Amino acid sequence: MTITPSHDGMAPLAASDPDFWHLRESYTFDRNVIAEIRRAANTGIYRIRGWGAKRRLPTLDDLVFLGASMSRYPLEGYREACGTDVVIGEDRAERPVHLKIPVTIAGMSFGSLSAQAKEALGRGASAAGTSTTTGDGGMTDEERRHSATLVYQYLPSRYGMNPDHLRSADAIEVVVGQGAKPGGGGMLLGQKITERVAEMRTLPEGIDQRSACRHPDWTGPDDLEIKIGELREITGWQVPVYVKVGAARPYYDTALAVKAGADAVVVDGMQGGTAATQDVFIEHVGIPTLAAIGESVRALRELGVHRRAVKLIVAGGIRSGADVAKALALGADAASIGTAALIAIGDNDPACEAEYRELGTSAGFWEDFQAGNDPAGITTQDPDLSARLDPVLAGRRLANYLQVLTIETQILARANGKSHVLNLEPEDLAALTVEAAAMAKVPLAGTGWVPGAG
Amino acid sequence: MKRRFDLAEVSRRELNQALHDASDGESFEVANPRGAHAVACGITADIDVVVRGSVGYYCAGMHQRGRVLVEGNASTGLAENIMSGRVHITGNATMSAGATGCGGLVVVGGNAGARCGISMKGVGIVVGGSVGHMSAFMAQAGNLAVCGDAAADLGDSIYEAQIFVRGDVESLGADCIEKEMRPEHIGTLSRLLAAASPVGDGADPGDFRRYGSARRLYNFTIDDVDALEAERTGVVR
Repeated sequence: MTITPSHDGMAPLAASDPDFWHLRESYTFDRNVIAEIRRAANTGIYRIRGWGAKRRLPTLDDLVFLGASMSRYPLEGYREACGTDVVIGEDRAERPVHLKIPVTIAGMSFGSLSAQAKEALGRGASAAGTSTTTGDGGMTDEERRHSATLVYQYLPSRYGMNPDHLRSADAIEVVVGQGAKPGGGGMLLGQKITERVAEMRTLPEGIDQRSACRHPDWTGPDDLEIKIGELREITGWQVPVYVKVGAARPYYDTALAVKAGADAVVVDGMQGGTAATQDVFIEHVGIPTLAAIGESVRALRELGVHRRAVKLIVAGGIRSGADVAKALALGADAASIGTAALIAIGDNDPACEAEYRELGTSAGFWEDFQAGNDPAGITTQDPDLSARLDPVLAGRRLANYLQVLTIETQILARANGKSHVLNLEPEDLAALTVEAAAMAKVPLAGTGWVPGAG
Repeated sequence: MKRRFDLAEVSRRELNQALHDASDGESFEVANPRGAHAVACGITADIDVVVRGSVGYYCAGMHQRGRVLVEGNASTGLAENIMSGRVHITGNATMSAGATGCGGLVVVGGNAGARCGISMKGVGIVVGGSVGHMSAFMAQAGNLAVCGDAAADLGDSIYEAQIFVRGDVESLGADCIEKEMRPEHIGTLSRLLAAASPVGDGADPGDFRRYGSARRLYNFTIDDVDALEAERTGVVR
């Protein structure tokens, strides 16, 4: 939300002032809605922004862990082991991916992010023992160098797609869609199509780029199976192949990804972020992460591959160890973070408040990642702004944050008597709302009731 | 001496691994491809490969060096994302031939189906016959030469790639327009056709018409009514 004073300089009415209590703001046409209608009327173009869905949604916060008590005993925090490692692709790949922690860094492109931000993500993830992921724009030497485990995204646009990079990756992620915009392609506006970005993507400098939303040489799961076969042939069956989908029809999408030969399925809920997409897409397409996990797990279980040949990575609005632990308990093998990782390295930093105000926004509200003028030096290609981000310090912040996520996950796993975080199970959970109970398929707290379970 | 692989007897994996392990200058012959997918994909050495028969999807995918000749037809994604080198099929190609190719040359002796040269990024493509609908869709760079006709929506949302068509164009896609054929374009096309020989032999570059981007979709159209109003009334909203 952008708060700008009206033209005569009068501040908006303070809701706390009793003199104005007779005024009633419309729930349907609130100030945010009015501002958007006025913006649309002025510009004639849909709203484009970064970040994921901002509206209130059922989330993993609507679940709680039951903990241990009479019928099961907890593990001692500092004395008893609680494993956190995850292996992906051991059935088919010569070199499976070994993660020390069940949290990965989601795909974010060089182009949408500065080289410094990509380096920081690589440094932080590598220090914590996990992977980073390229994005819609190819692989840079810097990110390969700074990421011990790098997942190479294979996207509809194929910007910067290079077989040498494919072979240098530790895993390949075929991107079918993402949570912020299932069914949509990425955008990168002219301000960020600098000479280097333009060259990497073979595009004219300064254009408003709209990425393809569909792969150019395959349609549907039968084709995808052949495509994955080609990718495995070209990489000599060395590395795992993931398939990433936006949370749309997770049961079917997951089953079809397994059928197509994926070693891991990445399911990204609607809270998952983006660097730039139409606001109407972000807020109105896709389903919440909470609702997607159980459906994906159901497909994996029915196919006999859950926690075995095919791993499930869940993304979209993951913020804390509690979110990670709940995702794992519902059946994910790992969680993936994007927005949270950017915040950890300095996105929306209150220290930039004066500059955010100049841009008509405020720390905590900054979402114009497409504008390329990020004062924190993260979502920009401006050399002066980018130089503000110290990749070593920012990487250390990310490593610290990943450590907290991991330890929090272990705390909750031990509290439920689990010697490995992947031993968490739906039986450890209860739901606080009827919606969450129905979506996550765990009982409403204090009852044995799972809505829709028959 | 040619090394021979009979796909009726050895697996695609063995063939492709042998091609990946090959040294510059080696020659290979592949028999009985019988529509196998991803045949001869990911080649990095300067080698010659002849495939005697028709192939499935992604033949010579991500080709980087050397020459692949297919005596037959090819299915979807022939030479997709080719970086350099040459891929030539004597017959027809189905959808997305040369898709996203970054360099090198793709030669189709017969016709190519829909979306030939989709998202091409620098490759040269020569089609002896005609191409299907939406060819050169979102084509970013490179040259597509079609000796026959082009079906509907040619060059839809095209960027800086160039299209040369000798025959009829059913319709042009969004933001694709006909452009003047100047001497430098005749030169580009002549070199492309010469490289594709024997396909395109005898075609006179002067008979081709050139198509490319009107560049009207490169930037969003953003109005600013408030600014207009301020200019007119002096009131800044």
